[in-house]
Amino acid sequence: MDNFEPRIVAFCCNWCSYAGADLAGTARIQYSPNIRVIRVMCSGRVDPLFVLKALSIGADGVLILGCHPGDCHYIEGNYKTLRRIPLLKKMLKQLGIEEERVRLEWISASEGAKFAEVANNFTQTMKNLGPSSLGSFK
Amino acid sequence: MAKLKIALYWAAGCGGCEIATLAIGDKILKLAEVADIVFWPVAMDFKYADVENMADKSVDVCLFNGAIRNEENEHMAKLLRAKSKIMIAYGSCAYEGCIPGLSNFYNRQMTFDRVYIETPSTDNPEKIFPQTRVKVPEGELELPEFYDTVKTLAQTVDVDYFVPGCPPEEKTTWLALEALIEGKLPPKGTVISHSVKALCDECSLTREEKKVKKFYRPYEIIPEPEKCLLEQGLLCYGVATRGGCGALCPQANMPCTGCYGPVEGVIDQGAHFLSALSSIIDSNDPEEIQRIIDDIPDPAGTFYRYSLPDSLLRRARIK
Repeated sequence: MDNFEPRIVAFCCNWCSYAGADLAGTARIQYSPNIRVIRVMCSGRVDPLFVLKALSIGADGVLILGCHPGDCHYIEGNYKTLRRIPLLKKMLKQLGIEEERVRLEWISASEGAKFAEVANNFTQTMKNLGPSSLGSFK
Repeated sequence: MAKLKIALYWAAGCGGCEIATLAIGDKILKLAEVADIVFWPVAMDFKYADVENMADKSVDVCLFNGAIRNEENEHMAKLLRAKSKIMIAYGSCAYEGCIPGLSNFYNRQMTFDRVYIETPSTDNPEKIFPQTRVKVPEGELELPEFYDTVKTLAQTVDVDYFVPGCPPEEKTTWLALEALIEGKLPPKGTVISHSVKALCDECSLTREEKKVKKFYRPYEIIPEPEKCLLEQGLLCYGVATRGGCGALCPQANMPCTGCYGPVEGVIDQGAHFLSALSSIIDSNDPEEIQRIIDDIPDPAGTFYRYSLPDSLLRRARIK
């Protein structure tokens, strides 16, 4: 288990968090390579289905990264995410999936360092949790 | 023209679907004119051997209701698939798992413990559980193996059509039978219903603005008539459910619980409803949002009431 490298999907909103991830890159901030970034137009675009799909085909954790509340390019897309993720986590817990495996964070275009910090911290959390048990049932 | 040969079977289900096939009323006479029922254990005496002795593909249509819960269900599903030209998953259990599928929140041992030990009316001090084989003086007795996970019919055998509903409404059943009788079959994989849209499309209640500060369970309030139940804070599943039933429940002031399955094109009904429901929560404050969500005591069981085995995750993970 020491060499367990979690697979992490990070849905990044186009306007803030994806730019934040970009900034982490251009500023040459090193962060965990376990993150697979998927760009979406808005964190509000992240249907709970996407998270379930990622988990069901082998992701150990899913990050949803959006603009800070009040900063949404589409005015209130991230507020929808803010309501959706807690309910999704509550449901996942009932289905035997640790709620830590899904995390919502706000990362602006100027927060490259925060992106790296979240990526590292989330990777460590997943390493501590161990592999997701999904896919290993009859 | 030779008469159609129809088989009906009841696997892991409550039997409501068997009643629903009879609910077509006097149309059953029309059915009898054009079809012979060659296998229907609930109404006539048949043995396994009767089905085994049929030639492959000699049955025109099999209406299979019930989920796949044990070895016998699976055996019969495979047998009837081999004997039938057209296999129809009839009713929500066969289509998406339905209420028996809720046991996918548990495993076999947990289910057995509950049923044979914990239920208040059970007296079983020797902790006797069903065995697949047991020796008695007369010989060895067999019971089918009980599975950990409930599966849908389509997860077990190839299915041609699906008829939704718990149980299917009379008009939905007849829509399927009429297509068979007239030979006007839809493309393979079709979910046969009068609608491909959400139930709200045919619901007569008045919709205004969906903003909810508090969710209620049906016993907690008497809803206003004529007003959308979801807007009143009841978890009405119509937004994420295929129409075709005529919105009977909302008209009787009971929220839709989602038995007609997902809207056309949706692959996970629970996620769809979760998405719709969380969008209408009227708050931007994380603490208040949490309080509103706390009004929903069992989101997974509510959102996947009929579709847990057919959902992306299929079952809960048991540590």
